[in-house]
Amino acid sequence: MFGWLVWRDLILAWRRRADVLATFFFFVLVVSLFPLGIGPERELLRSIAPGVVWVAALLASMLALGRLFGNDYQDGSLEQILLTPQPLYLVVLAKILSHWVVSEVPLVIVAPLLGVQFGLSQNTLIVIALSLLLGTPVLSLIGAIGAALTLGLRAANVLVALLVLPLYIPVLIFGAGAVSATVEGLSPQPYLLLLGATLVVSLVFAPWATSAALRISVE
Amino acid sequence: MSQKTINWYKYAAPANFYVLAGKMIPWFTAITIILFAVGLYMGFFLAPRWGGDQKESYHIIFIHVPAAWMGMFLYVLMAIYAGIGWAFNARLASMMATAISTTGAIFTFISLVTGSLWGRPAWGVWWVWDARMTSTLILLFLYIGFISLQSSIDDPRRADRAGAVLALVGLINVPIIYFSVKWWNSLHQGATITAKGYQMVPSQLAAMLILLAACWMYSIAVVLARVRYIIREREREAPWLAEAAA
Amino acid sequence: MGGYGLYVWGSYGVTLILLGGEVIMLLKRKRDLSRRATSPQLETRNPKLETL
Repeated sequence: MFGWLVWRDLILAWRRRADVLATFFFFVLVVSLFPLGIGPERELLRSIAPGVVWVAALLASMLALGRLFGNDYQDGSLEQILLTPQPLYLVVLAKILSHWVVSEVPLVIVAPLLGVQFGLSQNTLIVIALSLLLGTPVLSLIGAIGAALTLGLRAANVLVALLVLPLYIPVLIFGAGAVSATVEGLSPQPYLLLLGATLVVSLVFAPWATSAALRISVE
Repeated sequence: MSQKTINWYKYAAPANFYVLAGKMIPWFTAITIILFAVGLYMGFFLAPRWGGDQKESYHIIFIHVPAAWMGMFLYVLMAIYAGIGWAFNARLASMMATAISTTGAIFTFISLVTGSLWGRPAWGVWWVWDARMTSTLILLFLYIGFISLQSSIDDPRRADRAGAVLALVGLINVPIIYFSVKWWNSLHQGATITAKGYQMVPSQLAAMLILLAACWMYSIAVVLARVRYIIREREREAPWLAEAAA
Repeated sequence: MGGYGLYVWGSYGVTLILLGGEVIMLLKRKRDLSRRATSPQLETRNPKLETL
């Protein structure tokens, strides 16, 4: 059932791949805007790169959240899904997983390439990918709570941003911190470990909170 | 009355609480005014001057610290009420949470402004990204999120419950956020602010605590008033309301 | 106040404005409610309700 749900969502996402690609291009665009706005000076770019890449990832994640439950909510299939005897926790986890694969993994892959624009070293590029790999699932997990709470509301996109960005801050600090540390020649290990810990904790709690929120929004 | 013990449960009903709250408000208002007067008098006229490099702007601390604490306490209280309202399906508890949210947000904002006005003469800058100020700013965002979410939902019970989830998630996150910001701050050695190093003389501490108590009394009065209006707005159709108004 | 009067007055001023504003908003809310409750079966000018 879990596998089936993931597969179903992946196929649905493929059918609406324009939406998915939009998030991806948004990320690329935002990251590329900063050098244009700030100037091409190498040292400066190198120091702002971690923050820029991570903030762009946060924003792109938030944009994608509408798609997590939105489509299913609109065509009524979400209600049906809520009625299945399967534990809602697993259902939510399945949806978040496919959402992450579709919306976030492309960011993880392209971010190191964008890092080249900022003149970063190879080690740094690896850490960018690694920190995003650990961090983006957390963004999806926490974001799911916001998405579930704001289902069907007017201006839900903006509202989700308002709700979820404060909660994203620790992930931002740890993720960007890992990259910053590498840029300065220090070890990113403590940050990455913290990111890992955040991931584990989110995996346990977030789907549960999301399920509660879904029930509240859909009754 | 012939009863020896008060049946507290009856006040869980909005109708009864409405009347009780109405009676309590004048008392809390009076105590608030007295405490503010006493506290400010003590702070400005009785307590000795501050030593060290704080110069003369230390008066601000008498309102800055209480406001910051109120912002934090009220958030916790709000989350607890919201949780109770959700878990026990108690409408009144949820209404209390909504009533508290505005006051908590205002105190948090006051804390940010006064903190900034304190920082300027003390450290020369209007804003510093130290752990406390940054966490207070994030707390304000959490309040705004709660308030926005509730305003966007028309169905009152959905608004109550959604707010509860958000408030509780926020509550759990606050220590995590504080820890991460503290760490972030210690790594990016920008500001060298230590709020420590202030030895408060007992009379100064007393003034501050009295003002803190004043803020509490104020909050109670204001929240009780607001929850009464929330009750009136939500229970508009209820017959008891017409009776109470008549 | 050693020249920092502006900051101190500013702080307390802001506090007064914000807290006072909160109270004013509550009073306004009460007035709106009373106005809305003007209907045949309700007596709006009841001192019991206007405790704040």
